[in-house]
Amino acid sequence: MGTMRWIAGGIFLALLVLLPRELKPYGIFLMSNWVLFCVVAMGLNLTLGYAGQISIAQAGFLGVGAYTTAILTTRFGWDFWLTLPVATGLSFLLGLIVGFPALRVQHHYLAFVTLGFNILIYLVFRNEDWLTGGAFGIFDIPRPGFLGVDMRDPLSFYYLCLVFAALMFAAAWWIVRSPWGRAFAALRENPVRAASLGVDIRTYTLLAFAIGSAFAGLTGAFYASLLEFIDPYPFALEYSLSFLLMVISGGSATLIGPIVGAGMVLLLPEWLRFAKDYYLLIYALLVMVLMAFCPEGMVGLWRRMVAAIGRRRARAPTERPT
Amino acid sequence: MALRARRTLVMIEALQLLISGVSTGAIYALAAIGFVLLWQTTGTINFAQGEFVMLPSIIMLAFVLHGGLPLWVAFAVTLVVSGLLLGVAFKVLVVQPMIRHGVLPLVIATIALGIFMREGAKEFFSNEAQPFPMPVPYVVLELGGVTVTSHHLFCLAVAVVLVLALQWFLGGTRTGRSMQAVAQNAQAAEILGIDVKRMVMLTFLVNAALVTVAAILVTPVYLAKWDNGEAIGLTAFIAAIVGGFNQVRGAVLGGVLVGVLENFSAYYISTEYRTAFPLILLILVIMFRPYGLLGRPEERTV
Amino acid sequence: MSKTRLGVALAAAVGLWSAVAGAQDTVKFASIIELSGNGAAIGTNWRDAVDMAVEEINAAGGILGKKIEIEHLDTQSNPGTSRAVLQKALDGDPYVVLGPIFSSSTRVNMALTERAGVPQIVGSEAASITQQGHPTIFRTSFGQEMGMPKLVNYLKNEIKAKKVALIWTNDEWGKGGRNTAKDLMAKAGIEVVADVSTEVQQVDFSAEVLKVVKAGADAIFAYCLEEESARFLNELRKQGYNGPLVGETTLISQKVIDLAGANANGARGHVGLTIDAPVDLLQEFGRKFEARTGRKSDHNGIKGYIAVYLAKEATERMGKFDRDGFAKALRGAVVTTKDEPGVLMDLRIDETGDVDRESFLVEVVDGKQQVVKVLPPVGDWKK
Repeated sequence: MGTMRWIAGGIFLALLVLLPRELKPYGIFLMSNWVLFCVVAMGLNLTLGYAGQISIAQAGFLGVGAYTTAILTTRFGWDFWLTLPVATGLSFLLGLIVGFPALRVQHHYLAFVTLGFNILIYLVFRNEDWLTGGAFGIFDIPRPGFLGVDMRDPLSFYYLCLVFAALMFAAAWWIVRSPWGRAFAALRENPVRAASLGVDIRTYTLLAFAIGSAFAGLTGAFYASLLEFIDPYPFALEYSLSFLLMVISGGSATLIGPIVGAGMVLLLPEWLRFAKDYYLLIYALLVMVLMAFCPEGMVGLWRRMVAAIGRRRARAPTERPT
Repeated sequence: MALRARRTLVMIEALQLLISGVSTGAIYALAAIGFVLLWQTTGTINFAQGEFVMLPSIIMLAFVLHGGLPLWVAFAVTLVVSGLLLGVAFKVLVVQPMIRHGVLPLVIATIALGIFMREGAKEFFSNEAQPFPMPVPYVVLELGGVTVTSHHLFCLAVAVVLVLALQWFLGGTRTGRSMQAVAQNAQAAEILGIDVKRMVMLTFLVNAALVTVAAILVTPVYLAKWDNGEAIGLTAFIAAIVGGFNQVRGAVLGGVLVGVLENFSAYYISTEYRTAFPLILLILVIMFRPYGLLGRPEERTV
Repeated sequence: MSKTRLGVALAAAVGLWSAVAGAQDTVKFASIIELSGNGAAIGTNWRDAVDMAVEEINAAGGILGKKIEIEHLDTQSNPGTSRAVLQKALDGDPYVVLGPIFSSSTRVNMALTERAGVPQIVGSEAASITQQGHPTIFRTSFGQEMGMPKLVNYLKNEIKAKKVALIWTNDEWGKGGRNTAKDLMAKAGIEVVADVSTEVQQVDFSAEVLKVVKAGADAIFAYCLEEESARFLNELRKQGYNGPLVGETTLISQKVIDLAGANANGARGHVGLTIDAPVDLLQEFGRKFEARTGRKSDHNGIKGYIAVYLAKEATERMGKFDRDGFAKALRGAVVTTKDEPGVLMDLRIDETGDVDRESFLVEVVDGKQQVVKVLPPVGDWKK
């Protein structure tokens, strides 16, 4: 099983590297977008899947990073790479703030507080013209310079996004396996027991939010650069719901889940376009069916299928008359 | 003298805002009550509650425009259709298969359901806003500088009657008390011999009726359109939580409070941030009184 | 599922690769337009009118013998998506791009057509679009910088307003119009006594209306989207306002009249294009559109219709399909209805791609747009 997994991972990576070479700019754009949203969903997966804290503010965090980079590069002439620590730091801080209510309330209450924060962040983006350009947005956001490669070329920028996403995947993998990850899991399973085992609930709850938010904020910097333009709309509430959808439909608390989920949310409607006007209808229906039959998401579905095949194989010889 | 006149003017303005706010808030309250009832009995956080108000308005209008029915007949028919679609079908096809998986899958499913209903209304009815007839003859009354319309008064009257009736039903009838018992503790209710399944179904039907009434009240002002649900749904959530998640009275207070607060903050503080103030109230309430303004701590469902 | 259907589904599944090869005897037009989201209603008018124009042209033999092949791509009313779908359209190598209508979307995606050198005829009205030196961008309706001066002149000279209350929809379109109008009013010596924003999808307008009514203005200027205009009008009449009320294009549009009924009566404003104008070709377009769709076209339908014919005229003037020559053929050109009846009114395209032509002062009377006055073009090209 272990080697199988490495082989599958290798094939997947090879596809990620080779496939876009065959694509036209639109396909490459979609792939870049997907790769970035995978990281945003990975961040939410840490908060939601591993630490069990519902957060519906992920798009807002993404926006904080995107606006930070956009403002610093266009207005103050900063280099893209220098804006990254600022974007990460600001979103980390904001994550801490949004995490505070989680110390007092859980479940649907938490969902609504974070949702409220997302709308407030969006309103600031839209109303504060002096800072964010308001509804008009910010134009001509530069692509980063990197070893003299022209990042205006879609393929080059895609590879940069891919490297970034791979690093973040490794980071998520490391966090999950670290003592932090185990503390997150304890927090999710049973906070009271976790506290009795000496896990500092307060710190880890806030960290779960802040790290998840920092993932989104850092991605925001790349996202702004990918679009070369930002306005408030991609950071509205409905996109936070989309990220939630990515994590749950992919499979929360799994490393692969967010990647599959982001693919479903971003690419599936694209493939359903042959259905013309009905594609969103079909898409919504598919999501409901998935939730009804396999609430653990696509990864859960896959595991179940593998298990079923395994059982049939095990059973098959005994059924044969001897 | 001038000061006094000024004061009267301020009073009149405030009164004007108050009346509009209360009447709009009463409509939010109806959607909020249904939302709370669903949460209590089944743990359903219905992210499609706004669309649940949108759909009856579209169905009603379709009966009026294409079926040639008078509005009140259309309303009666829609009540039945809503009961079937938003009550029975929603419970059997969406909530029942998913509820055992926990809260989150159901949240996702209702988000998807919301998209499904929006897109359906757009594809199969109209992608444009449509005017919607007034349920009562439209009269504008002017009382000492304050304008009140017959529709305002109608909204208020319907909401008050409905809430009182619901309170009486829940507290004063056997069925209602059984519903309450199920809401507070389904297992205990089961042991007491209450038909839990029937009570849950009843809750879904009550919700379907409430959103249908909300639809006929809000749409004449708001116009009928497939994307109406977003704003209404969000406000209903806020109202439900602000008032207290476990009480009908709380949801009513929450709805009215949000309606009034939006108007006052838009008028006196900022129109650009008019939607922010209810959210700030929401966050403050959750931080400092998570069981809501009228809720009781011991009933907190956490 | 039949084999071909399965094939289609598979092709769509690997659709990222799919390149649609156009046949030799057709010319490809791409329409990037709002078909879902809050621009769906106006985008649908555009789409239907564009389809109507394409069918007419194809039935009459096409452009230089080639039939037009049109594809509509949905921007979901979202700038980011509009950019993505325009990229998708450009991958298919279209001759010309039509749309979008939302200015925010155009501002985001026009850089792509500029890089690709593909002409783009948009339905957007934000002033900034034609001011960025895009070599092949065109409009078929007035930009805010063309329409607003006519309106402010009207406020100053006809209504003689000294104080005006502004109410606008808080998005890039509404705010852009409000900014343009505010500047012009300052220059014209008109004081803005209330400056009130409204939200898209707002339910209760009482606070906003109270603000503009109590401001003591000589006139109210409303620049809201169609539905918000209707809600605003209903509340305004409820609060008993009967003073001068003016708007630009949307306030007096057919959609608003349908939605607000009698409450729209008395509203006045400036309109670039309307099917109720005393112009035979416009009225005929209106009838054809209604016969085809069962709806009345708003100005967005007319914009789309003219866009297709403008592309036809440019091509026929060149005598060949030449993207680079497209701008040269149109910029600075006067196109009359004798040259091409499909442009509906005589017009002139200026050096930036903006359009100039006659326009109308309209008042809503008994639920109908009534043209009060025909305003001459800004330039004196028409003799």
